[in-house]
Amino acid sequence: MRLFREGSRAIDSISGPLVFVNKIKGAGFGELVTVETGREARIGQVLQVDGEICLIQLFESTVDIDPGKSVVWIERDIFRMPVGLSLIGRILNGHGEPIDGGPPVENCAEGELPVTGLPINPVRRLAPHAYLETGISAIDLMNTLIRGQKLPIFSGAGLPASRIAVQIARQARVPGEESRFVVIFAATGVTWREASYFLNAFRDTGALYHGVFFINLASDSPVERLLTPRLALTVAEHLALEKGYNVLVILTDMLHYCEALREVSAAREEAPGRRGYPGYMYSDLASIYERAGCVKGSEGSITQLPILTMPDDDMTHPVVDLSGYITEGQIVLDRGLHERSIFPPIDVLPSLSRLMGKGIGKGKTDPIHGAMADSLYAAYARSRELRRLKMIVGEEGLTTLEKEYLSFGDRFEGEFINQGETYRPLEESINVAWQCLEALPPTELYRFPDEATQRRRGKTVE
Amino acid sequence: MGHDRLLGEAIRVSKGTADVQVYEATDGVRAGEPVYFSGELLSVDLGPGLLGSVLDGIGRPLGLLANTEIYIGRGWKESPIPKDRRWPFKPRLKAGDTVVPGTALGDVTEKEGFLHMVMTPLVLEAQSEIAWIAPEGEYRATDLICRLSNGIELTMVSRWYVREPRPVAKRLGLEIPFLAGQRILDTLFPIALGGSAVIPGGFGTGKTVTQQQLAKYCNADIIVYIGCGERGNEMTEVLEEFPRLADPKSGLPLMDRTVLIANTSNMPVAAREASVYLGMTIAEYFRDMGKNVAIIADSTSRWAEALREISGRLGEMPGEEGYPAYLGSRLAQYYERAGRAVSLGEPQREGSVTVINAVSPAGGDFSEPVTQASLRLSGAFWALDKSLAQQRHFPAINWRQSYTLYEEDLRDHFVQLLGKEWLELKTFLNETLERGQEALEIVQLVGRDALADEDRWLLLFAELLQTVYLQQNAFDPADAYCPLNKQKAMLALLRSLDEKVRTSLSKGAIYEQIEALPIRQELLKLRSLPVEDFEAEAKRWIDSIRLGGLEQ
Repeated sequence: MRLFREGSRAIDSISGPLVFVNKIKGAGFGELVTVETGREARIGQVLQVDGEICLIQLFESTVDIDPGKSVVWIERDIFRMPVGLSLIGRILNGHGEPIDGGPPVENCAEGELPVTGLPINPVRRLAPHAYLETGISAIDLMNTLIRGQKLPIFSGAGLPASRIAVQIARQARVPGEESRFVVIFAATGVTWREASYFLNAFRDTGALYHGVFFINLASDSPVERLLTPRLALTVAEHLALEKGYNVLVILTDMLHYCEALREVSAAREEAPGRRGYPGYMYSDLASIYERAGCVKGSEGSITQLPILTMPDDDMTHPVVDLSGYITEGQIVLDRGLHERSIFPPIDVLPSLSRLMGKGIGKGKTDPIHGAMADSLYAAYARSRELRRLKMIVGEEGLTTLEKEYLSFGDRFEGEFINQGETYRPLEESINVAWQCLEALPPTELYRFPDEATQRRRGKTVE
Repeated sequence: MGHDRLLGEAIRVSKGTADVQVYEATDGVRAGEPVYFSGELLSVDLGPGLLGSVLDGIGRPLGLLANTEIYIGRGWKESPIPKDRRWPFKPRLKAGDTVVPGTALGDVTEKEGFLHMVMTPLVLEAQSEIAWIAPEGEYRATDLICRLSNGIELTMVSRWYVREPRPVAKRLGLEIPFLAGQRILDTLFPIALGGSAVIPGGFGTGKTVTQQQLAKYCNADIIVYIGCGERGNEMTEVLEEFPRLADPKSGLPLMDRTVLIANTSNMPVAAREASVYLGMTIAEYFRDMGKNVAIIADSTSRWAEALREISGRLGEMPGEEGYPAYLGSRLAQYYERAGRAVSLGEPQREGSVTVINAVSPAGGDFSEPVTQASLRLSGAFWALDKSLAQQRHFPAINWRQSYTLYEEDLRDHFVQLLGKEWLELKTFLNETLERGQEALEIVQLVGRDALADEDRWLLLFAELLQTVYLQQNAFDPADAYCPLNKQKAMLALLRSLDEKVRTSLSKGAIYEQIEALPIRQELLKLRSLPVEDFEAEAKRWIDSIRLGGLEQ
């Protein structure tokens, strides 16, 4: 219990989420403050210090703060999040308070950690190398998720990214280590409808009881959105690196996060960069995405699955572009596939998992996994190209081989990609892929080792 | 800076106030805390122990820190040169010898097969005489090893301001090729030792893989790899892979010829800005020993963004896309430190610094300022192409967009190595690719049936050249590195295949018959052979092909 608190009554001005306060001595950058309005207390953070003038951003609304009646208290501490196993199964709001009717989280926490986190020393990192099964063919076989990876889903307005995220959260498993697996879900700026969709879906599948959920609604303060993913990752780091859990962190929707960043930046009157987003957005996003991985001396891992809505399906939008440069690949959803009722509508061609090569193959998944993925990619790319050619020269202009490629493309989309909400183990994905590849003559399967194709052909003859 | 003594650098001074950029996170620093001035510019300790180490953007050894901590905390200071390690030193000179700046005093066996030359500091004043030099034996880096007659005492360690180029005696022309072991680069777009190249490409086009390939297989003696604002996992990958891989020339672990500088994207931006100069200074230091050094930076865009962020916070007038107006001149200060040169001091030695920089253009748009400024300053452009990457064509270097300016200067050297035939083979490759592209455009207009058999073969053959020759499988140990003589043998094989098929077509063979042959599979199999077996096998294969029209 502290007996002495420093404060100031000199609120100078309020602009959007920002409060300018005068007469504060020795405020620290990033320190926590409490603003007492007379009726309630709201929390905020010091953004800028200039002599005795402080710029404070509030994590809650600044509406009805009366400069004359309010007191700003300096807490002499930075923002900390309670962490621990007891958090599993809890639903919290965007700044870490329970909204599930349970007791305050700090009562049973094992400690409190600063939410900004510190960069992990690359020498201490362990390169991600182990496979995480999602039960979705387009991901497991062609864009394999590796424990410790950060792999975003690039979605568009109206595309079912949430459904895919729920499916992954439900199905994801580390082969052989089920009990050590936790999902942490951070929703930033989602609508109430989306939030309840997620919570209901998690409740139905039981994921609610082995996960931690942070919900920042679209109507909550935008400044709070800047905090929510960091709270989630602080809890994740503790569970993964101290407790040895494999943690899957789902962050949705990072576009809302970046818009909040832009809003605060605009309120601070900073020079805008591309499309009004601040110039430091890359560093800021990195401070979130880089909090994934594995380290030496710990069995746990943090895998990130951020969801990003591409405005107008534009992959060059700054938020999408910068995310792509930091994350280790991307899963891209396609409107054309969605319109043809293919689920999940994953377009494998622009999708990529950079770490895939580290976690697949002999002894890890299947010896032909790599060759299979390459063959599917090449064949599907060819079939898509031929579809365009067909529109120009007509079906008659194509050779037999080219027609075979076209039929492969149709089977691939209709059977391999279009799996619905079912769980498909990797062996089954490989089987379906072989069935699609049967549309092609054996000479086109030159990427496989000879034995693999022969064995396969033997099987089909039987 | 402050009670934690964070490291910073003054970047603007006006009327008694100084703006300081801090190389560490400033959370919790309070107004009113003291600031201490060192009276020195940002500098780095140079000496034995750099090879194989991992430094952060301002030269602190991350390997040492990793023994105790998972995270990078704040306020710790450490020299990159290990304090307690003893090095075997062997003097070259004796008391009474005269030295000038840069004179080699002696050698230290730093790694197996690598002699680290201990030189007099470049800041030494003109000529002096050695009063005392340490006899052969084991010394710590900071132990006294030489005293000059004017009283100056020297250790193995010398300090250098990172933003200042290290002076040389004479700059040399760029006529020796920098060989990468990558077919598309060595054959079509070679650069010179001491030259510079940029690799621009959007995300997912394989910049990092291409750069790592270069770091593994290029013919430089020393590699300085700068991970500038990139992913932590990528640095870790390099760290795990390099000690296991062997240098194709010496057979020693790759890590032993590498210095890694890691400023991952979540480390402070100010240190990112400094990291490229740090890397360059270390590269120049090894160049001064007469080594060929390659400095591989990933990526310039992150560096430029750091510059933009700092400039924005200073409230400077922004130039194009918010980058400061001095972006071009700052980049030039970096690129112009590349080159081949004769070092100062005795004995005479020639070394080089080759720069290979990745650029990550926003939205994959090459017209943005960082790509354009880099293009002006560098001699080669290796453009990565998203559509090639999506077809899993790696390295995804677009052969129509890329260029090199070193072609002329390097020609003599290539002819000397491989004979005149090499130039013919190159022309053959270029022309076939070009004609293949034209044929493809025609097909897209009129359909394939309108083509004559020869043109249909041309289409197929151009595609073969792409899959077999231009693509290179980084994950196949036999193909990841392709020496120059194998490149020549492969091209020769492909040319004789083309000749054979053409003759056969002109004598009445039917195209469908050729299409049905498993040419691609056979060629890919041949490609995986080691260079010693390749030529004989290739000849056997080409002779074994039976085509209609040739028997008569």
